[in-house]
Parts: sequence; structure tokens; C-alpha cells
Amino acid sequence: MTGRLAELVRALGARIVDNWIWRLGFACRFLWFTLKESGPSFRRFHLTIREIYFTGVLSLIIILVSGLFVGMVLGLQGYDTLVRYGSSEALGVLVSLSLVRELGPVVAGLLFASRAGSAITAEIGLMKATEQLSAMEMMAVDPIARVVAPRFWAGVISMPLLAALFSAMGVFGGYLVGVRLIGVDEGSFWSQMQAAVDFREDVLNGVIKSLVFGIAVTWIAVYEGYDAPPTAEGVSGATTRTVVTSSLVLTALMFRGR
Amino acid sequence: MATSNLVEVQNVTFGYDERQVLKDINLVVPQGKVVAIMGLSGCGKTTLLRVIGGALLPDRGEVRVAGRVVNKLSDSELFALRRRMGMLFQFGALFTDMSSFENVAFQMREHTNLPESIIRDLALMKLQAVGLRGAADLMPSELSGGMARRVALARSIALDPMLMMYDEPFTGLDPISLGVIGQLIRRLNDSLGATSIVVTHDVAEALELVDYVYYMSAGKVEFQGTPDQVRAAGLSSLRQFVYGEPDGPVPFHYPAPDYRQDLFAQ
Ligand SMILES: Nc1ncnc2c1ncn2[C@@H]1O[C@H](COP(=O)(O)OP(=O)(O)OP(=O)(O)O)[C@@H](O)[C@H]1O
Ligand SMILES: [Mg+2]
Repeated sequence: MTGRLAELVRALGARIVDNWIWRLGFACRFLWFTLKESGPSFRRFHLTIREIYFTGVLSLIIILVSGLFVGMVLGLQGYDTLVRYGSSEALGVLVSLSLVRELGPVVAGLLFASRAGSAITAEIGLMKATEQLSAMEMMAVDPIARVVAPRFWAGVISMPLLAALFSAMGVFGGYLVGVRLIGVDEGSFWSQMQAAVDFREDVLNGVIKSLVFGIAVTWIAVYEGYDAPPTAEGVSGATTRTVVTSSLVLTALMFRGR
Repeated sequence: MATSNLVEVQNVTFGYDERQVLKDINLVVPQGKVVAIMGLSGCGKTTLLRVIGGALLPDRGEVRVAGRVVNKLSDSELFALRRRMGMLFQFGALFTDMSSFENVAFQMREHTNLPESIIRDLALMKLQAVGLRGAADLMPSELSGGMARRVALARSIALDPMLMMYDEPFTGLDPISLGVIGQLIRRLNDSLGATSIVVTHDVAEALELVDYVYYMSAGKVEFQGTPDQVRAAGLSSLRQFVYGEPDGPVPFHYPAPDYRQDLFAQ
């Protein structure tokens, strides 16, 4: 009995070490190399701009639409609750604070992971599987500097902007439902919001949060792509792992950030 | 010594895992020559090119290119050496997010400060050499297999390297392109004073084209000589390879248990 238990613990330990600690070590080294080789991403900024288009601009639609609807739902449910206590003018505060502080960065981060993160992983993984990365190395061009770093920085730059747009769109959605549809007083909606939302405490905090999320998601995405086994299953598995791992890490970071 | 042989492979042993793929290989490529490496599928030719290019480290032995020991160089020294090497990959490995033109211009943009107008002219000249100037704006997904290989070839010669390694440049080419590419390899080599290694199964084309032949079998060099010596060789496994005979000492099959037993095992 104790033998079996010991066996189980050992197997569990081996899994954790192999799957998590080992890979975390590699991922850290990888991040270090990426940062070290980031010079070209800024010196030849058009490389990064191109990736910002693919990760950021092409994610706009899903971010804007989701932001609008999340804001509308917040407006509706928030009003429902607030009106019971006779404080429906505080709707603007409720909508904007939940978005700017929490929902904006987190939901935008989750959407970003599944829209852009998975694409980054699949692209880098396929480049590896089709020997494009080896070919680049044979041409004396470092794939980390030329392929990985621009994508990493593009993600890090895009994510706070996307989160900000998500929040803005959400506030607008809350306004549409709360003021336009239900008829909360427009003046108090905006003035209470303006009075309650603090730039440093709330807005800046949200921006920092989304920046951290952006780093985490893009780091996971480029690492999974670069580390993917060079086969079709390898790339598909890596893509799935990017979305799952980033979602888990975002959730963990969200509570850490409280 | 270093001036006469551009590439020297000495006692190189290599395996991806426990199984040895290269077993104690010795081979030299003299400066200015075109050398063919031939051998059966799976005998380790691609692996050998990777070892020469420094992409794989040999378990034992030494690879020298231009007098420098490739497997002992630091990363930056290796990259400096690779700028003067060109490699055509067996499966092309074109960058799928760039057009043919961008692929060929890639190294010029990365490694030189040439103005865009000159890069354009140079890249178009390389594409013209492989007959695909008209396909400059096509993406790799819009190219046929043979066209993709020719673009890849144009890309690998983009910076006029001193050492060219072609991994099966002739596969998937029609007879006309095949002849043209063969002549191109020869002409590039002679006009630039470069040195070339051609891995190929195309015996007829190779014997026309090259100065010297290494015939590999199961990770070893089994025969070496000039094309005339190859044609005249008495070695039966080489004869079988050169003349494409099904029967002979070389087995066609990868090692496997008895066929009959395998089929009727139930
Ligand atoms: N990445 C790898 N991992 C493990 N084994 C490999 C790998 N690449 C090749 N091999 C093995 O090494 C041996 C030699 O492969 P290599 O690609 O060098 O052959 P080749 O001579 O180029 O064959 P072909 O003419 O078919 O291209 C093969 O038996 C193959 O199974
Ligand atoms: Mg091969």
C-alpha cells in the first residue's frame, strides 16, 4: 500500500518536474534570448509594425464587438441591481470601474490569447516544421532576432491598446443600454464616473495589468511555437497549449494582481 | 593545405540518437571543384551537409571549412562563416510569408546595406538565372514544386557564396530545367571561383557535371573517384546504383523482418 503510494507520488513529482519546472526553465532562457536579441525589432521597426498589424489590428473586430456587448450586459445587470437601492445614477461608476480595473485587461487578454496567441504559435511552429527556421540559421540570420522578437514586441505593444479599446467600447455599451435604452440620467452617469475613476489608481493600474498580461500571453505563444515538435500534431498541440496555458496564467495573474 | 581543400571532413561520426548515421566519414572538397555526394536514400547525405554547415555537431571527428574547424566555432564565428556558405534545402524551405522576390532579396537585406534599387536588380538577376523573373511576385504557395526549388536555388546563391551546398537540386525538375540548372551550377562555380557540393540521385546528370564523386553507403564513403572512374568501377554495389538495377548486392528495402512471416503472422 505504502509502496503504491510512494510510486504515485514519485510519478506525480516526475510529471511536475518534466512538464512544468523543466519547461519553465527553458521558457525563461528563451525569454532572456528574445530580450537580448531585441535590437533589430526596434532598429528595423517596420518588422515589428508588420507584426502589430497581424496581432493587433486583425484582433480589433473581435475586441471591439466583445467589449461593446460586455459593456451592454454590465449596464443591464448593473442597473437591475443598483435600482433596488435607489442609486441607479452610479451605473457609470460601476460599468467603468469593472471594465477599467478588471474585465478590460482580463477579457481582452483571453480574447487576445485565442485570437493572436494561437496564430503566433501556429505560424512559428509551422515555420519550424517546414525548415524555414533552419534555413534562416544557415543564412546566418538568427530566427530569434528576426522571427520571434518582432512578434513578441508586437504582442506586448498591442495588448494594452486592445485592452484600452475594449474598456472604452464597454463604457460606450453601458452608456447605450443604461442611458439610451433604460433612461438613467445622462449627466449623472458621466459626472459620477468622472469623479469616481481615479487616473492612477484605476486607469494606470489597468494599463499595467494589461501590459503584464500581454507579456505573459505573447511569451507563452512564441515559446510554444518555437518549442513545438516539427510535425502537424506537434503544431496543433502547441497551439492548444498556448490558449490553455495563457488562460490559466491570466486567471492566476488576475488574482495575484488584487 | 588549407588553400587547396575548402572542406575537409575527418573521421566524422554522428547519430541523431544511439543509431549512428555517419560512421567515420572522411572526405575533402578541393577549392574550385564541384563534388557530388551520391548514395541510397537514407544513407546520411542530408545529415552530412548539415554537419558541414555546422547545424549539427559531430559526435566525433572534425569538419574544416576554409581552414576553420566548424564544430569548434563560437556562434558569432559560425554565423560569419555561414554568410559565405549557401545551402539549398532538400525541401526548399522557402519563407512562406514572402514572395519569390522577397525570398531572394532576404539575405541581401539582412546582410548588406545596399540601396533598394540595387537589391531589386540583383534579386531579379538571380531569378532570371533560374528562369523565374516572371514569377517574382508570386508567393511560394502559388509556385509548382519545381518552380519552388528553383526559387530556393536562386535564394541560396543570392550572396555569391564561396561554398555552395545543393541538397538534391534536380528533383522535381523537367528535363529542360534540369539541364539548365546543371549548367547553372557549373557556371556559377567556375565564374565565381566558388566550390560546390551537390547531393543527388541523378547519376547521369551528376556524372556529366561534376569533377569528383563520393559514393556513400550506410554512413560510410564506399567509393570515390572521377566520373570516368565511377563509370569504369568494378564495385558491384556502385554499378547497381549507377545503372539502376533492381538486383545486386544493395537491398532496396529498409531492414525488416521476413516479408512472408510479417504478412501471415496471425
Ligand atoms: N531529425 C532526425 N531524427 C532522427 N533520425 C533522423 C533525422 N533525420 C534523419 N534521420 C535518420 O538519419 C538517416 C539519414 O538521413 P538523411 O536525411 O541524412 O538521409 P539522406 O541520405 O539525405 O536520404 P535522402 O536521399 O532520402 O534524402 C535516416 O536513416 C533517417 O532515418
Ligand atoms: Mg536527404
